[in-house]
Order: sequence, then C-alpha cells, then structure tokens
Amino acid sequence: MTETLFEKIWNSHVVVERENEPSLIYIDRHLIHEVTSPQAFDGLRVNHRTVRRRDLTVATIDHNVPTTDRSLPMIDETSSTQIKTLEKNCKDFGIKLFGINDPNQGIVHVIGPQLGITLPGSTIVCGDSHTSTQGAFGAFAFGIGTSEVEHTLATQTLWLEKPKTFEILATGKRKNPFAVTSKDIILSIIKQIGTDGGTGHVLEYRGDAINDLSMEQRMTICNMSIEAGSRAGLIAPDEKTFDYLNNRQYTPKNYNELVNNWKNNLMSDANSKFDKSFTIDVNKIEPQVSWGTNPAMVSDVTGKIPTPEEFGQNNEIQIESAKKALLYMDLKPDTAIVEIPIDRVFIGSCTNARLEDLKDAAEIVKGKTISSDVSAMVVPGSQMVKLEAEKLGLDKIFKDANFEWRESGCSMCLGMNPDILKPGERCASTSNRNFEGRQGSGGRTHLVSPVMAAASAIAGHFVDVREFC
Amino acid sequence: MKPFTKIISIITPFDKANVDTDQIIPKQFLKLITKSGFGKFLFYDWRFNHNGQEKSDFILNDSIYKDSKILVTNENFGCGSSREHAVWALKDFGFNVIISPSFADIFYSNCFKNGVLPIILDIEKIKKLLQFKDKIELDLDSQKITFGGESINFEIDSHRKIRLLEGLDDIDLTLKEDKKIEYFEKNSSRVSIFE
Repeated sequence: MTETLFEKIWNSHVVVERENEPSLIYIDRHLIHEVTSPQAFDGLRVNHRTVRRRDLTVATIDHNVPTTDRSLPMIDETSSTQIKTLEKNCKDFGIKLFGINDPNQGIVHVIGPQLGITLPGSTIVCGDSHTSTQGAFGAFAFGIGTSEVEHTLATQTLWLEKPKTFEILATGKRKNPFAVTSKDIILSIIKQIGTDGGTGHVLEYRGDAINDLSMEQRMTICNMSIEAGSRAGLIAPDEKTFDYLNNRQYTPKNYNELVNNWKNNLMSDANSKFDKSFTIDVNKIEPQVSWGTNPAMVSDVTGKIPTPEEFGQNNEIQIESAKKALLYMDLKPDTAIVEIPIDRVFIGSCTNARLEDLKDAAEIVKGKTISSDVSAMVVPGSQMVKLEAEKLGLDKIFKDANFEWRESGCSMCLGMNPDILKPGERCASTSNRNFEGRQGSGGRTHLVSPVMAAASAIAGHFVDVREFC
Repeated sequence: MKPFTKIISIITPFDKANVDTDQIIPKQFLKLITKSGFGKFLFYDWRFNHNGQEKSDFILNDSIYKDSKILVTNENFGCGSSREHAVWALKDFGFNVIISPSFADIFYSNCFKNGVLPIILDIEKIKKLLQFKDKIELDLDSQKITFGGESINFEIDSHRKIRLLEGLDDIDLTLKEDKKIEYFEKNSSRVSIFE
C-alpha cells in the first residue's frame, strides 16, 4: 500500500493505536516560549509531575522581548514577570533555555532549524501555531495549546486524531524569482483555498516550483499553512534540506547515517493518494498585497480592491466579512493597490526575518532612503541572523536608508512588546496575520513579501517591486 | 476538571464568521501567568471603546445575555493563534458550550481540555437556533439539544464525550500507558538534542 510522507511520519510515531480512537503519538522535539507555558508548568507542580524528556525539550524567549537595547531594564512589568517565570521554570525543571542575552535567542521557529534541532521525519510541537514553519524540513510540526504543552512535558506524547492529507502541487517557474517570492506563492494559495480550506488536513507542498525554492523560502510557505486552517504543512526533504542542517550547533553526531536513512524513506510514494489536491501554476503569480482582515483577502499588486460582491461570489458570509474588513481597513472598492499610502513598514517575524529575507530587502533599499512619511523597522528573526546580517553590512544599508535596526524577537507581528501600531496607522508587514488589531489596537496590516515591504517603504505607498529590479 | 453536566440556558447569538483568537483575547492580555481572570478581557476590542467603556451595540454587553452559557456563532470559529487563553476567557466569562458550523483545529482541541463543549451543527440548524429566544436544554449524554417543541441531535467523538462527562484528566489517562511509551522509546531510540 502506498503512503504519503505525512502518513509515514505518523505511522513511525504511533505509541498506542485502537480502532475508532485517537492515537497516542510520540513527540521528538518540544519547543517552549514564555507566553503559552507558565500555566503548563504550574500544572506539573500542582500534580507533582516532572518533565519526561528534558533532552528533547528546549526553550527560548521571543514573544515579549523588547527589540531595543537589552542592557536597559524592561519597562513592562507583566512582560518581565512572564520572562522571569520561564527562566525559573526552566531552572526548576532542568530545561535548556536560550535566554534573553543568549547568542542563540530568537523566534522559536527560526532558531529550531538554525541550530539543527529541527530534523526531517520527526514530530515537533510548540505552543504556537506557526510551528508549521519547521515542516519545511519534512517534519510533522504543529502548534498546540497550553494543556497539550503540559501533556507533552509530562508524557512526551499527545493524543491526536489522524489528520487527512492535502496535496498542494506547485508547477511552473516564477517569471521574476527575485520579485515574486515564496510569500507571494503562499498568499496566492490561501487566497484560493481560503482560511479554512486546510482545516483537519496536513498540507504537502510538492512540485518543481517547490523544489526550486531555498530552505528559507520553503519555511515561509510552511509557516503560513496555519493561515489556511491546516494542522501542519510539510515538504519532502532533499539535498538542500540535508545541506542546510549539516554542521549546525545541535546537528546530531550520526548525521550522515540519519541522512542515508531519510533519503530512502522520507517522500510520498509514487501514486500515493491524498484526500484533497490543489494545483497552482506559479508562472501566473504576481507580487501580492493583502487588503482585508484575514490572509485570504489578498490582491495582485497590479490589481484593485475588489467589491465585497466580487470577493464573496454569492457567499453571503464572505460578502459580509469583506464589508466589515473594508470598513476596518478604511478602504474603498476599485482603489488601485499602488494608490494606498502607508505609515509604517515592518520587516520581521517567523514568516520573513531570516537572512535571505533581509538580504533581498537590502538589495532593494541599497543607496536609497525611505519616504519621509514612513517609519520603518527591521527585526531579525534571531540574534544569529542579526549577527550574520551585520557581517554582510546589511544593518548599515538599512540604517542609511532610515530603517531602524533592532534586536530579534516576534515584535510587531503580534505586538506583545512595545512595538505596536497606533490606532489608524497602516503598515506594510512581512508577517503572517492581518487580523483586526493584530499589530496594535486599531492598526491596519497589509501582508507583503520583504522586497515588497522594502520597495513600499521607499515609495511611501504600495508599489510593484518589479519596477525596482 | 469538573464533570460536564446538563445545561439549561438561553443562547447568545453571535453571528460572525472567521472569528480569530486575536479577537477573542487580544495579545495585551496574554501576559498573565494563571488560567483565571481572562473573562473580563474577552473580545476586548469589540466590547470596549478606546477609553475602556462598554460599547452599547456589542451583543455581549446586552444584559439579557449575562447568564448565557451557550455561544452560537458562525463558520471557522477560533482560527489563528493557538492561544488557549481564548478558551480560558470564554469559560471565565460564562460560556460552557460553543455551537458553530466549523471550528479551527487547535481551538477545537483546546476546548475539550478545559471542559468546554464545542458542537458542530450545519448552518440551517444554526440559523434556527440563532432565532430562538427562550432557554434551551443541552444534554451531552444523549447528545441532544431541545428547544421549544424541537430537538436536534449532535455528533461528538465518544472518547471526548466520556472525558467531558467524567471530568477525566488527560495526563492521568496517558500515564496509564506508561509501559507502552517506555517500550516505544526503547525500540526506536529518539535523537537527543544534547549529545
């Protein structure tokens, strides 16, 4: 019987399986951060339980951290308490923590791969929906709630109903691979399958257009799988995957042996059956800009804001959602996307703050200055990304163009730290969610790629980045 | 966890689609390190205006619904962030049941861990419920909602149902499988992060 990649990973992690019941699945990697873990550790304490596999568990601090000078005391007391709580919990329970001043600190989904902790064929969880990022390495990586964090700490397993499989086949070649990025591919996919198109499914991205992508570009795609409602997204590992993870700080010692095993096993069998399938031709994709309040409300940069009826296509609920979205976003149908002025630019987040993202954005910015109407910031995904970028002089390029160059963290993707939009401000953001108030109460988010964000910062409004290259 | 019992309550009609967890509990309230006290922040940006006063046109501010235990809403409820704080806020506010045509996966799972029952009903039944003003009776054991002279049956996974009805602790149940977990670890050694 043929199996998909996801089914192979699932089957090799089943601890208990009974008919018509959820299965008990073993977890290989558990990543922890400060926001979704304190109540889980409390639960362990109350019930006198310990962490079953400290050697498969690692923590960092990313959501709350200030991205300004970290030698200064933190102003926000509740954030500070949450961070201190994680430090204490890690100490009490013997968990390795990449703390606020550690060179390995960074957004949890950025540091996992970067440190060689993420491995192909493994099961990976974190109390954060964007854990799906790490599916780019051929892992079953998914977000969980705090109760499941506690369950994983105590048992290293989770009860799961087996998700269905969904093939996303990406064919063709991008017309301009510098300007049309993997962010534009995933936004185009979500635009078409919808924010609940993947509910109950694990997506497998395949096809020549996926094989063409670098590991960092693949991570951007898998990262936003959750925005299509799916449990996870993954991509079969190949030579690029194995090269990326080689010689990282925590790459296993028997790595070559593991690679040989993965090479023969970690792919969907020929003719394997998926529960659903969707094909997209990347040749037709243009740079994308979101205009509404969910990640399916997206338009080509050369396009216009649709009318609610055009967007909803006879679906009353969708038409109503689009009306509300336009009201919140203060936009009118038929406005050209390139006519929308912006106040802020955010280049950051687990979606688009890795070294390649910053390099590409810097390529656009080099020798130019951002519009005087715009304030813009770059928040590297990790301290290591920041250091590497600085070695290449990217910080200087951004600063010369009047971007702020910050310390790493989740920052304005969700605004749990002081980096937030003011009510009414409009932001071109490389993050993943354009929900109401996501980047600050009353703030208006437009999702774009790093090169689109960089070009728009210079123009002061959305602009087709292809005019810059 | 307390066992889930029969509920008799009016419903709160909340006819919105794609309600994301950022709306249910905005990020500025995720910094608490306890599970309690989130109810007062539920739907904060929709419930309160910028100076912190209740918006009179937001349904949860209508005193008619103040004792309601059942939220009836529209498709893809609980999408977005995995934050369990969303369920803690709904429960703390007083909701024990959420009825929708569809839920986001992580939110759906989070509900059961906190004694909240998410019920999936087709849109036609939801429309009927949204119109009903009197108290309805909801019985998990018989999987039945009774209102007026009518009754609707709903589906639920039998294991999740038992866990809710008996208020069982997931971790206790899993620890009963400890030998199998040990066996799994012995027979397929896991790659440690720290060698």
